[in-house]
Amino acid sequence: MLVLVEQSLNGLQFGLLLFLLAAGLTLVFGIMDFVNLAHGSLYMMGAYFAATFVAWTNSFVLGILMALGATLLLGILLEFVALRHLYGRDHLDQVLATFGLILFFNDAVRLIWGPAGLSLPLPSWLTVPVQIVPGVFYPAYRLSIIVVALAVAAMLYVVVMRTRIGMLIRAGASNREMIGALGINIKLLFTLVFGLGAALAGLAGLMQAPILTVQIGMGENILILAFVIIVIGGIGSIRGAFLAAIFVGMIDTLGRAFLPDLLRTVLSSAAASTAAPALSSMLIYLLMAIVLVVRPEGLFPAAKR
Amino acid sequence: MKKAFWLAGAAILALTQTAAAGDTIKIGFVSTFSGPTAVIGNDMRNSFELALDHLGRRMGGKPVEVIYEDDGQKPDVGKQKTEKLIQSDKVDFIAGYIWSNVLLASLKTAVDSKTFLISANAGPSQLAGELCSPYVFSTSWQNDQTPQAVGTYMNQKGVKSVFLIGPNYAAGKDMLAGVKSTFKGQVVGEEYTVWPSQLDFSAELTKAKNSKAESIFVFYPGAAGVQFLNQYAQAGIKGQIPLYTAFTIDELSLPLQKDNAIGVPGAQQWVNDLPNAENKKFVEDYRKKYTGLRPTFYGAQSYDAVNLINSAVVAVKGDTSKKDEMKAEMEKANFKSVRGPFKYGKNHIPIQNFYLQDVVKDADGQLSLKTVATIVKDDQDRFVDKCPMK
Repeated sequence: MLVLVEQSLNGLQFGLLLFLLAAGLTLVFGIMDFVNLAHGSLYMMGAYFAATFVAWTNSFVLGILMALGATLLLGILLEFVALRHLYGRDHLDQVLATFGLILFFNDAVRLIWGPAGLSLPLPSWLTVPVQIVPGVFYPAYRLSIIVVALAVAAMLYVVVMRTRIGMLIRAGASNREMIGALGINIKLLFTLVFGLGAALAGLAGLMQAPILTVQIGMGENILILAFVIIVIGGIGSIRGAFLAAIFVGMIDTLGRAFLPDLLRTVLSSAAASTAAPALSSMLIYLLMAIVLVVRPEGLFPAAKR
Repeated sequence: MKKAFWLAGAAILALTQTAAAGDTIKIGFVSTFSGPTAVIGNDMRNSFELALDHLGRRMGGKPVEVIYEDDGQKPDVGKQKTEKLIQSDKVDFIAGYIWSNVLLASLKTAVDSKTFLISANAGPSQLAGELCSPYVFSTSWQNDQTPQAVGTYMNQKGVKSVFLIGPNYAAGKDMLAGVKSTFKGQVVGEEYTVWPSQLDFSAELTKAKNSKAESIFVFYPGAAGVQFLNQYAQAGIKGQIPLYTAFTIDELSLPLQKDNAIGVPGAQQWVNDLPNAENKKFVEDYRKKYTGLRPTFYGAQSYDAVNLINSAVVAVKGDTSKKDEMKAEMEKANFKSVRGPFKYGKNHIPIQNFYLQDVVKDADGQLSLKTVATIVKDDQDRFVDKCPMK
């Protein structure tokens, strides 16, 4: 029973991390209607910035905050220099251009930081396991990811659904020309939205950095999961992305945790332990396929435009 | 008279040109040069180049040409690159291969074309057993051997139970099977993770912690090893259940693993401090040529691969068409290995010592691996009897 609690927390933590990545992607892809494959590169840049700034300042919190600001600025710069010229273009053009950006970022990182990768050590107060319920200890850092991601999710919901800026973003996505005609600087608005999306990706990357290593191409595998989440949750819906991310995180983790034992009841031990990881990594795509068949718009599609 | 002169000239020109075509020793080298594990490929290439420098970049009097190809850690890409090297570049030897699954995918192409293949790292059990070939040699080990040594060491330490974690591919399965074959205690659990995409081991670590095992054995090469050690320390399991490893801590991952690696024992057939003249020269010159870097076991095996190839080419005086003679020469392992003495089993896998290695601070104040003891002497892999070759 206690094991289930702990594994669920693992799943929740992974899901929330995926949400940060998917939320940024939802803002850009779902609301701005722009396919940004380089979203994973921003995730990587967040991690590299964090490792660099933490080493410079010798302070974990300060370094992380600087990295967050740096990814925000990088996102804005990227939008200003390259991406804003692509809004009116075909999705295929956007895919090609942002794929090029992935290659650009990977090589830029290789030039600046070298091929070996970096590590981001945690401060000692984050490395101790915390007792959450009697008998269950959970790593403090993973717990802090859960807290931060939940806070960001709440903030994002308020900003997009309850504020004037959020209203403008949603309106601008539905009809660019109209909102422009109403005297709103839509270009600036989209630049800011893209910056916000970049900062969210950077946040996901830098929070993942102490758990994983900071390395070239780290955003590419996880980006696929983020796209899967958007499709399951419904394109353009922050709420959908949130629920789908937790869903995917849970399925992935619980599958890895309990599937081998479940399979062992019907298969030989050796066959079960090799089949289980393959099967559990397929579960997510299976879920996506089912969702697409039953509800092609995703589970929680954004309101009709 | 004039016509004869021109004819003779043309004939000589034609002759020298055909001679020129066979005038270089061509070696293809397949490894991973892109993506997160490119550091391993770079290290193998560095050591390969260093060994060629030491030979004056000539073998048997002929200049050596090396063509490096990137497999991107993918079996299908590795196979394509192997085909390209053999069929269009017509290499005399093909070497490299970090990953067991890449090597297994590429093997048939090399064997069918009778091109000598020198594995400088991967050692899948199939290669030592039923898929052994006269054209395939290893300068590394069979996958099971290193974890077998770790299992033996755990017996010596009196460990009663273990939880095994490794990646779900050819080498991962070999590694865990290797520990199980020598470890006398109880195997409480066995977990495989999706390779190479899974980088978060929270579910597996939670299971290991709750299994009440006395120890954990893990195999994660490259960056995944750094991540595993990170998460093992963060989960607070480090103080509770000791860790044993194979191929998880090396000179490439150590700068990232830092303190997490201290006190985690592993086994290896080569460690940078092995006391022989070849090894001293290799380690010193490596650090001189590639400032800031340290050689690894991957590199040591690549260095040996060059010398193995050289011994064969020298024996036939550069005539690489004499395949049987080259094979016979390589079977003698007639070169000075940086790991000290070893000889080949009939399946062309080295029979060699395995050492216990520990993480220490070296003279420069940097973390480094140190040989602590010899766990097994002259170890022969356990698949040799399945090899039909005599």
